[in-house]
Amino acid sequence: MPTGVRQQSETWSEDRVLAIATAHKDERGPLLPILHEIVATFGYVDARCVPVVAEVLNLSRAEVHGVITFYRDFRTTPGGAVDLRICRAEACQSVGANELLADAKRRFGVATGETTADGRLTLDEVFCLGDCALGPAVMIDREVHGRMDGERLATLVAQAVAQAVADAPTETTAR
Amino acid sequence: MTTRVFIPRDTAARSVGADGVASSLTIHTRDRSLDVTIVRTGSRGLLWLEPLVEVETDAGRIAYGPVAPGDIPALLDADFLTGGEHPLRHGPTDEIPYLAGQQRHMFARVGVIDPLSVADHRANGGLVALERALAMAPKDVVAQVTASGLRGRGGAGFPTGIKWQTVLDTPGDLKFICCNADEGDSGTYADRMLMEGDPFLLIEGMVIAAHAVGASEGFIYIRSEYPAAVETMRAAILAAERDGWLGAGILGTDLRFTLQVRVGAGAYICGEETSMLESLEGKRGQIRPKPPLPAIEGLFGKPTVVNNVLSLASVPDILTNGAEAYQALGLGRSRGTQVFQLGGNVARGGIVELAFGVTLRTLVEEYGGGTRTGRPIRAVQVGGPLGAYLPTTQFDLPMDYEAFAEAGAMIGHGGIVIFDETVDMAKQARFAMEFCAEESCGKCTPCRVGSVRGVEVIDRIIRNEDRYANLTLLEDLCEVMTDGSLCAMGGLTPMPVRSAVRHFGEDFERPVAAPTSGGQA
Repeated sequence: MPTGVRQQSETWSEDRVLAIATAHKDERGPLLPILHEIVATFGYVDARCVPVVAEVLNLSRAEVHGVITFYRDFRTTPGGAVDLRICRAEACQSVGANELLADAKRRFGVATGETTADGRLTLDEVFCLGDCALGPAVMIDREVHGRMDGERLATLVAQAVAQAVADAPTETTAR
Repeated sequence: MTTRVFIPRDTAARSVGADGVASSLTIHTRDRSLDVTIVRTGSRGLLWLEPLVEVETDAGRIAYGPVAPGDIPALLDADFLTGGEHPLRHGPTDEIPYLAGQQRHMFARVGVIDPLSVADHRANGGLVALERALAMAPKDVVAQVTASGLRGRGGAGFPTGIKWQTVLDTPGDLKFICCNADEGDSGTYADRMLMEGDPFLLIEGMVIAAHAVGASEGFIYIRSEYPAAVETMRAAILAAERDGWLGAGILGTDLRFTLQVRVGAGAYICGEETSMLESLEGKRGQIRPKPPLPAIEGLFGKPTVVNNVLSLASVPDILTNGAEAYQALGLGRSRGTQVFQLGGNVARGGIVELAFGVTLRTLVEEYGGGTRTGRPIRAVQVGGPLGAYLPTTQFDLPMDYEAFAEAGAMIGHGGIVIFDETVDMAKQARFAMEFCAEESCGKCTPCRVGSVRGVEVIDRIIRNEDRYANLTLLEDLCEVMTDGSLCAMGGLTPMPVRSAVRHFGEDFERPVAAPTSGGQA
């Protein structure tokens, strides 16, 4: 199982967006797969994507914008190098998730949904990661970690940030 | 001769270090020149014992857990590869009481087989049901499912056979099977574990459904919070296609059924079936008023079966062992088994698959073993964030759709979340409204606005501002949301709120605490 796999984001390119949208356009209901791929490629959905995707799918810009803003995954600004999400659903609350989140905000000096000033960490809440018997659960990039506490979280985040910084100038890590 | 060692690749097991255990075992067995093959399985569902490592011996599979990477040298010293004694040893896995007392049907193979091995699937009863179904007329397959008494496992408990019959009876050259794997309820993880641990079972159930109703295309809508389930299902689809039972000419018949995974995008509401259909169509996940029923006008306006993962995963068992065997299990109108999921503040959290009718007490106390913190249980929430909070005085309730409905509660998707005595039920009621405000699709006013007002009213109650007048107002608001919302999101959010007020009224009458810095603490 791969750990710490992270895709480096490409810089925005209209041609790339056009290629992504065109590749999916004949699928049934292609908009979500297109937006997912845009996020996977660039790390976020730049506002400049809206007219490109709308044109390819023959939708109005309003329709595309409406879909982007409806779903939490389609962030419209770049996130930090490391993505930390702390589960705040009931099962994790029963074992201290709210305290863990409050501690993380203090420790990392960042509010929920925000990115640290140095651009290294985005902190957000999530409602359920499906690890409800082993909470509190967090997700660091794509990896779920259970039975979390503040100290261990600080260590894991520090490791992830260090790896992200080390990876930054080089090519994408292979799966 | 090589020794086979089974280590889960399930997300829950990995969240507590299963990957580290696997690498440690690889390194140490290589150092000692031991011939070991590691098979990555799903999880047996004894989650408090994860990472649970099983060794194949002449006496069957022997379990050790929870194993940390650092335990491997000592385990090897204790000859655990031949089942040797060690403090972490639990004996034969199948004889562990937690597992031995269960009635595993849907989860029979989860944790046992290699999830992506087609050979394992065939060797463990796979495709028997599909072959049997393909030899039957579609209407007879539907009749079997109807006769079994299977009800939708997503929460609503609608009879699956009737839904299938409607799709079968609706003319159309294009029909869809959509699997709802948007398992967003806190405390539920059975869909995820099944998809990660036995993906072929779900695919086989979907192919049978396709044959039964005349569908040619299918989608599995999986939430993006489940990346491992997405990967496993995609790999399993490719493997099933290569093995000749998905795509064109399934098992040598004329049946053609293509299947693909679609990934959600972080919206809880997309677990509501019509919202999921909108999302699959590439739109905002706003719910549709019903009628029309999705069975008649569903995805892209075509007749569509929308079933939960566990409903579809129940179908092969029904075809293999017969509707009567399935019907023989359960209580009242709740037939068969349900996969209960113990979570939250629980000593022994995990999967408990048993026939309907088992009491809440048996699940929470006998299986769950009380709280992880060791403090007394104060409340359990059954059925996810829209389910009721129940006090220990209700623990003799049998797990049965109707018995729960009568008690002002619901079984939902079978998740049971345990809270100890430190829980503040007024805060939990407030959270229910907060969650609804966050996740409402915005289509109807009682849900969109009612939930925001609900948070405000509960805040006033907590602050002791006109407390009794506001409790009355809260009840009024709950009534409006229940009766006036278009779907279960707004319609059921009052359930946890009302149950908290009803069973834990003292938490709404506490003296106001000294002002804090605000927010959660």
